[in-house]
Amino acid sequence: MEVAQQEILTPAPAKETTRVSGSVALLEALIAEGVDTIFGYPGGAIMPIYDALYDYNDKLNHVLVRHEQGGTHAGQGYARTSGKVGVVFATSGPGATNLVTGLADAQIDSTPLVCITGQVFAHLLGTDAFQETDVINITTPVTKWNYQVTDANEIPEVIAKAFYIAKSGRPGPVLIDITKNAQIQLFDYEGYTKCDHIRSYRPTPIVRPQYVEQAAALINQAKKPFILFGQGVLLGSAEQEFKAFVEKSGIPAAWTILGAGAIPTDHPLNVGMLGMHGNYGPNVLTNECDVLIAIGMRFDDRVTGRLDKYAKQAKVIHLDIDPAEIDKNVKTTVPVWGDCKETLPLLTALVEEKQHTDWVKLFNEYTQKEVEAVIHKELNPSDGEMTMGEVIKQLNDLTKGEAVIVTDVGQHQMVACRYAQFNKTRSNVTSGGLGTMGFALPAAIGAKYGAQDRTVVAIIGDGGFQMTCQELGTIMQSGVDVKIIILNNRFLGMVRQWQELFNERRYSFVDIQSPDFVALAAAYRIPGKCISERDELQGALKEMLDNKGSFLLEVMVTKENNVFPMVPQGCSVSEIRLK
Amino acid sequence: MSNQEPIQQEFNITIYTENQVGLLNRIAIIFTRRKINIDSLNTSPSEIESIHRFNIVITESEDVVRKLTRQIEKQVEVLKVYYHTNEDVIWQELALYKVSTDVIAEKVSVERLLRENGARAVVIRKDYTVFETTGHREETDNLINILQPYGLIEFVRSARVAIIKDSEGFNAKLREFERLEPGEEVIENEYLNKGAKVFTM
Ligand SMILES: Cc1ncc(C[n+]2csc(CCOP(=O)(O)OP(=O)(O)O)c2C)c(N)n1
Ligand SMILES: [Mg+2]
Repeated sequence: MEVAQQEILTPAPAKETTRVSGSVALLEALIAEGVDTIFGYPGGAIMPIYDALYDYNDKLNHVLVRHEQGGTHAGQGYARTSGKVGVVFATSGPGATNLVTGLADAQIDSTPLVCITGQVFAHLLGTDAFQETDVINITTPVTKWNYQVTDANEIPEVIAKAFYIAKSGRPGPVLIDITKNAQIQLFDYEGYTKCDHIRSYRPTPIVRPQYVEQAAALINQAKKPFILFGQGVLLGSAEQEFKAFVEKSGIPAAWTILGAGAIPTDHPLNVGMLGMHGNYGPNVLTNECDVLIAIGMRFDDRVTGRLDKYAKQAKVIHLDIDPAEIDKNVKTTVPVWGDCKETLPLLTALVEEKQHTDWVKLFNEYTQKEVEAVIHKELNPSDGEMTMGEVIKQLNDLTKGEAVIVTDVGQHQMVACRYAQFNKTRSNVTSGGLGTMGFALPAAIGAKYGAQDRTVVAIIGDGGFQMTCQELGTIMQSGVDVKIIILNNRFLGMVRQWQELFNERRYSFVDIQSPDFVALAAAYRIPGKCISERDELQGALKEMLDNKGSFLLEVMVTKENNVFPMVPQGCSVSEIRLK
Repeated sequence: MSNQEPIQQEFNITIYTENQVGLLNRIAIIFTRRKINIDSLNTSPSEIESIHRFNIVITESEDVVRKLTRQIEKQVEVLKVYYHTNEDVIWQELALYKVSTDVIAEKVSVERLLRENGARAVVIRKDYTVFETTGHREETDNLINILQPYGLIEFVRSARVAIIKDSEGFNAKLREFERLEPGEEVIENEYLNKGAKVFTM
């Protein structure tokens, strides 16, 4: 009220403005949002922004990628390790369409990105102008929000909204398409104000204590409770709250691949990985628990297997920030909507301190069976060709589980996720929901920018490496330090495994030839080495890790190893196969 | 796989949104992505200036409709989504019929038929007459059958508009939305407010 009166007495002083271009306003907005790194690629329709960037070199580090898809994955890697929003620039037309895979990946894996695309002049929209594509409509299904700016005056507010939407609630990618005239246009700039409210957008549901109470009651009665945790724990920065909940309740906890590292791998209540190539116990015992507590995970079909035979005996408690996830795949008994950073402490306060000794022991017994049937021979083969698993094991020994592991998609991904040790949160960067081959190399570049003081190791298949290997150029030019391990099985291994198991070994277009990867790296002035003998492994890994700067290590592994255990598609989690 | 198909029926989905270019597409693809046909779609102003109202009709099971509404409500520019069965709304569709003026002039009975069916003439010209009627689907369909023998030249029916019987409008809700910390009822889906009715323990 007082404020209102004051306003009547003394007219508000006119806001100080400066005349700036839309491009400058954009860069100022990025700085105000705390952006330090941009992954991008220039072109005609985004030239005014790049021209402005020329004068911002000291404040904004622009990394020139070799393909816009690489830009998006780098942005994702950056976001995953730093917890900040990844920023990507691309030009109109082909530049923008090249973003689509990365946007789809970020959308399904809830990764915060702000992508800026240049667009043709507003007066040319809809005329099939040179390099005009309908970027807004192409990207609508794969963005959390997108918007086309045609007037520079809109830029500060729109960018503020973009960052707020990308990172709040369930994060996701946002694309802002800026027509060239708006980039050039001078306008009265009043400074930048961050956005913290959009009336039609409710990122975080209000926590309802009665549901937390019901959840606690269920947990306290449970004899065989089981926790499934996903990336929500990391996205909510709720690792401490999660650990406190697990330790007080004494409940065994298993992770989705995006949840890996939310609690250290060797925590006694961390019972392993869920899903198609997850661990034996977590899969089988999903169908034996009495209360299932899902935290920040979305019951992806790779996790649940056949839905009508999934945890039917269990009461389900689902903690999630996104109301649309509740009941989407698995019917919930008690929904606990909200940010798990907020809900977990409330729940921890109400659950009884317990130890489910026998129940946890049962998980350990399953682990033992899995070790005997699968793990031991994967990690400690004594003869024959090297396995993927032993490479990961040796890497664990050398990095002590402190490295960021970035994986591509395929057998090596499953092996790496299964066996890598994660002592720290934000250590596992992988393409989970979309399964995008070609993700790892650019994502590793971004991951390093997002966590400069950590060792970043990319683990990539011989197939996937060839999808985005042009990003070696980005490594060369930026000097970023990424360690690259190619696990070369001379096959599109994961597809070959399915053809072996389900298509009577009819190997249809899975035997892929590769270039000399070490020579390829050398062409980009990146040192490398290829090994095929077990006794070279440790030394080569050491050499890679000790090398100042990037290094490419190609490891020749067995051609026809299969990843087990496996829940075959269409089967129930309890039908998991050990061989 | 389940032996009992869930019952499908018409649902009226009401969406309050900001007025934003591109939002129609964002909403439409939520249906098309799942290969769900939109029977009828209407966009219009609402009781509040600047707030838009969509009326969408689909034929689906309630379970599917509930999931769809949550996906719609998730869109940044969508304020609120409701769904209702036909019993819970007052709804109307408008239809126009073009017939030859000569033919109806000859057959006086047509005039009577139209009046009996609540139709009225919008335009009468020498060459044709346009009638209009408003009502439920059966009523507008009925008139097609009646006019067909007299040479129906053109027919068109509008999308459905529906008013929710037990709604108090959106004004109070909007004020909640504008607050930084709104009350419980706007922040979550109303299905949760129904608590036990939806989630069985
Ligand atoms: C872009 C893309 N295309 C195709 C696939 C299907 N796919 C999944 S795994 C895989 C094989 C990957 O081979 P490689 O990179 O050598 O890894 P490996 O499984 O042998 O470890 C393929 C083709 C995919 N996930 N992504
Ligand atoms: Mg391979």
